This record gives sequence, C-alpha cells and structure tokens, in this order.
Amino acid sequence: MTKPLISVKDLTVRFRTEEGLVTAVENVSLDIAPGEVLGLVGESGSGKSVTAKALMRLNAGNTRYADESRITLNLDDQGVEVLALKRDRDMRIVRGGAISMIFQEPMASFAPAITIGDQMVEQLLIHSSMTRVEAKELSIEMLARVGIPEPARRFNQYSFEFSGGMRQRAMIAMALSTRPKLLIADEPTTALDVTIQAQVIALMKDLVAEFGMAILFITHDLGVIAQTADRVAVMYLGRIIETGPVRQVIRDPHHPYTRGLLNALPKLEDLDSELTPVPGDIPSPLDRPSGCVFNTRCPVMFGEPCLAEIPQLMQDETGRMAACHLVARNRGAKT
Amino acid sequence: MSTPVISARNLTVTYRIGHSLLGKGVSLNAVEDVSIEIERGNFFGLVGESGSGKTTLGRAILKAAPITGGHVNYTDDEVSYDLANVTKAELKDYRKRAQLIFQDPYAALSPRMTVRDIIAEPLEVMGLTRTREETDARVREIAAKCRLNLEHLRRFPHAFSGGQRQRISIARALVSGPRFIVADESVAALDVSIQADVLNLLKQIQRDMGISFLFISHDLSVVAHVCDHVAVMYLGRLVETAPTRALFSRPRHPYTSALLSAIPSLDPDERGETDKLEGEIPSPTNPPPGCRFHTRCRFARDRCRTDVPELREMGPGHFASCHFAEEFDFTQHYGSAATAAK
Repeated sequence: MTKPLISVKDLTVRFRTEEGLVTAVENVSLDIAPGEVLGLVGESGSGKSVTAKALMRLNAGNTRYADESRITLNLDDQGVEVLALKRDRDMRIVRGGAISMIFQEPMASFAPAITIGDQMVEQLLIHSSMTRVEAKELSIEMLARVGIPEPARRFNQYSFEFSGGMRQRAMIAMALSTRPKLLIADEPTTALDVTIQAQVIALMKDLVAEFGMAILFITHDLGVIAQTADRVAVMYLGRIIETGPVRQVIRDPHHPYTRGLLNALPKLEDLDSELTPVPGDIPSPLDRPSGCVFNTRCPVMFGEPCLAEIPQLMQDETGRMAACHLVARNRGAKT
Repeated sequence: MSTPVISARNLTVTYRIGHSLLGKGVSLNAVEDVSIEIERGNFFGLVGESGSGKTTLGRAILKAAPITGGHVNYTDDEVSYDLANVTKAELKDYRKRAQLIFQDPYAALSPRMTVRDIIAEPLEVMGLTRTREETDARVREIAAKCRLNLEHLRRFPHAFSGGQRQRISIARALVSGPRFIVADESVAALDVSIQADVLNLLKQIQRDMGISFLFISHDLSVVAHVCDHVAVMYLGRLVETAPTRALFSRPRHPYTSALLSAIPSLDPDERGETDKLEGEIPSPTNPPPGCRFHTRCRFARDRCRTDVPELREMGPGHFASCHFAEEFDFTQHYGSAATAAK
C-alpha cells in the first residue's frame, strides 16, 4: 500500500475557555490517500471543521492539542509533522503550500477592498517563485478553467461584483492555483442554490481528475457526499463513529447515528415515508456523555456498556469501521 | 369549496433603485403578474433559486412589501381583507391573523429577553391579553404545543440549540392565534436531524390547529415531503404550479425539471451525468424578453425569445407557462430525481 498523503493519529483538540477546557475533537484518526476524496459528515458541533483546521493549524490561540496527537503530511521529498511546526514561516507549507482550503461563505473569505486578481497574485508570490506577470497569467488562466466568463476583466473586479456561484468558483481557482496536494473544502456548496451547487460539484470532480489532488470534503449533506466522495467518515460530538467506502456506509449504515441521519433526510423516491428526526439535540461539548457519546439520543442503547465504556472503532471484513457496542455484540454473536 | 385563505391576482411588486435628480431611476419588478390561491388548511410550497422573488411574494402577501399592482385578498371565517387597500385598523387586525417565521433562529430572537418574554411580546404589543396571569397562561399553552417546558421559559435564547430556537420562533408566531403563517426558509439553517423534527411540528400545527401555511424553501425534497401544493418561481414570475405529486411526477416546465435534477442523489452510483442547468439567474433589472427562462433553457426556440408564455392548465390544478409544455417530456432530458419520484 502506498503511503497516505496525510495521516491523522489520535487527534484530540481542546479549547481553553472561561467555562473550562472544552473537548472539541477526541481521538480522531484518519488517512487520506493521494487523489482520494474523503467526505467528513456531521451536525454542527460535531468537530468536523475543527479537525480540518487542525490540518492547517488554523484553530485559534486557545487551542490545545493533546501530546499524543500526530498529523503527518507525506510529501515527495519530506515528511512534515504538522503539530510540531512552531514558527509561522514554517507553517506556510500547510497553509496554502501543500494544503489549500475553501470555505462555506465565499463573501467572507475574500478581502472586500482588494481585487480578486490581486488576492490571487499575492498568494502565488508567497508560495512560488513566480514573477508578478507570470502569477497574473496563471491566475487568469485558472479563472477561465473554473468557468468564469471574461476572466481578464473579472481579474480586476472586487468580490462584491461576483455572484455567489462565481465567488465560489473564484475561490476554487485561487485555492488550486498553487497546485496543492490536498484541498480542504469546508461546506463549499452549502450557501449555494441547488442548481449552482450541481455546477460546483461537477467542476470539483473535473478538477480532481485533472489535478489529481486529494480532497477532504466537509458537509452535513449526505447527498453531496454520495455524489463526490470515495470514502466517508461520520463524526458525532468530536469522535468518528463510522467510516468506510461511501457506497457501503450510505446503503447499509451500521452505526445508529448514521442510520438516524439517513432516516431524517427527505427522499424524493418515497414521498409517503415519515421524516424521522434523531431524537433530542446534540449535547453541549461542556457536558459530554460518559461512555458512548451518542448514548443520550441512541434508539438502541442497551444499558451498561453504552453508559460506561467508550466504544472503539471496529473493522469488519469489508474495511468498514463502526464504533458501537451493539454492532460489536451482534458481530460477536455471529462468529 | 370555501374561499381560499389567500388569493393573489396579478400581483406585482416594483422597487425603485438608483434615484437621480435628472434621469429617471431604474425600477425592477421583484414579483411580476403572479396569481396564486392558497386553500384553507393547505401547506403551500413556494420554490425557486435565490433572486426568484419568492421571499418578496411572501412579504407582499403579509403586506410587508409594497403591492404595486394587482390584488391580494385574505379571507378567514370572520373577516375578508383586500390587502392592496386596507385601512389602518384592518391592517392591525391582519397582523394578528397572519404571521411570519424566519429563516435564522439565531438572529430572530433577542438575546436580552427570556423565552417567556419573547413569546409574550406579541400579546402585549397587540393588546390581546389584559392581565399578566392571562398572558402567562396563553404563553404556557402555546409553549407546550411547541414542546417547550416551564424551565425553558425562564432561560435566555443563548442556552438553546438551533432546533429549540426555531421552536421558540414558532411559538412566538402562534401566540396571537394566526390563521395563516408564512414560513420563509424556516428549516434551511437547521441540521437534517433536527430539520425533520421542526417540519413534523409545522405539519402537526397545520393539522391540529387548521392553520394554512405558505412554506418558502429552496429545498425541493423538503417541499415534496411537507407541501400539498407547490408553486415554482423564476425571476419574479410563476412558471409552474401544481399539486405536489403531479409536479414531482411530471414537471411541465423545463425549469422545474432542471431544479429536480440538480438535487444530489443519495445513490453513489447515480452520479449525475445528466444535463445540469447552465449559467445563473439573470439580473431582475434587465430581464430577458420573451420567456424569462430562455437564456438557460436547452429547449428554447425562436418563439421563446420574443413571446411571453402564459400559464396554461396541463391537468387538474396543474398550470405551467412554457410554449412547449405539451410537446416535450422534460423528465427524459433532465436528471434522475424526477423519474425516481414516479
């Protein structure tokens, strides 16, 4: 097996707040292979954005990474221990060098008083040895590549002159112009209309094929995951509770939370089915349940082990992993 | 059949933009010549991309946007108002009968008021209750309907999750005893697991209290599940309206069909190689002549560029405004979601 592009081991992220130490991410391990699209799904508060930001060390100053946490970026010529980086200068490799990120709200992600072109050129000057003229040429080429009409004119415009869909395209052009090995897409289509979302997804698929980069695709929309990802990891309250190839996880979810998410989705194929919410709300991270984190909302909770022991991710023969005592018990009963 | 709770005829909402002393200002029609009827007790869905005018239509019906042309009539068991020409007293009364639930439950609730005060405010402002005891009783009754308990009422909004906040917004909308509610993207900001909970609550309110809803949403799969009747808007105009099942099993307008095919399928093997809608919604200050959708329509012919299509009846209660609605079966050309709905 080839080395993963990025490997996250036992990532635990805590924030120091006035109310005490808040655990946002706990013992998360995941690998992304070169060219692979990994979908990361979960409700708000599940820790998916915090996990993604940790890869670029973008979490705020009150962040504490646990000592045993490791994030290893395997580049052709070197391995980078992301959490060991100290100086801002050294972090450039993960901040726009080998890793780029696109955000949900493209309006908030461009500086309003600097033209789109200047912002694209600026990052190219930082991350490559290009001259200003070359950087401009490449930027215009990238704008054209993502389907922005009249790229040379658009290059000189400000972000408020772009529509939502165009802004997201420009953001993708900017993120890809440095040829990153990994693109982190944090809810890139959530703020867009379905029609524009379909265009952006199609564009991202083309670009993966063309550039061969890996993508960490964060979303709460399982439909978007089904359409884009190779593998999926489902997060709940800071932990990965199920992960595996996207077909298996969506067709036959093992963890009761993944099943709950799928049951809550309105489906066009079956208009008569009731919408079944996952009962209750996601607990506050200040008040994490002991044992299985999902035990406060779980419809199949069966007592002692769920309340006391944290279930570990267990792999089945197809390469899928789920962290659930019931799944483990049923599997034990079968063998 | 009883009179519809809302009947809009040729409704137009015009905004003036860019004033100047010499040249005349530009004006845009956010809503143009729209006619809809919302039957009593109905859950009426309104869909379209951003910029299609769906929010403006909702606001005009609530008399919160100017009605520049046409008429909107509101009728319930007690009163009937012509909203284009209401008196001040009538409008004040209408505010009790028609309410709005917003999209963002984080922005819609004052952080400095307790939940009890938030829900009680409409009662006090409208003078619906006389004593504090009466107010409290009413607040508790409505809160219970929205599954909020006494403990919740004492707290401030920051202590609540998104789903709970939206239930507070719903309680506030219900407290004046409305007969008609506009829910504008009321579940768009919620996680799917909670979205289902809020949708079920709205449907329960419709059933138990007989309240009619105008449910504005960009999410067709949500609309398909909760609405009885759906209207689709594009660039200020109504392009199709039909009973939900008819609309989803056989859309008669290429725009509706394109919207359906854009919904990402949950089946990873059905990765849409279908025709996606190209381009974006044009600016309403300079709408295309003829059929407004022709710039993005793959079926467009010469006629579409010059003639404005009228809404024509395609089936019982099913209207579409496309010159070629009879000629083409759009579902064969656009995506899988539409065929799957059959």
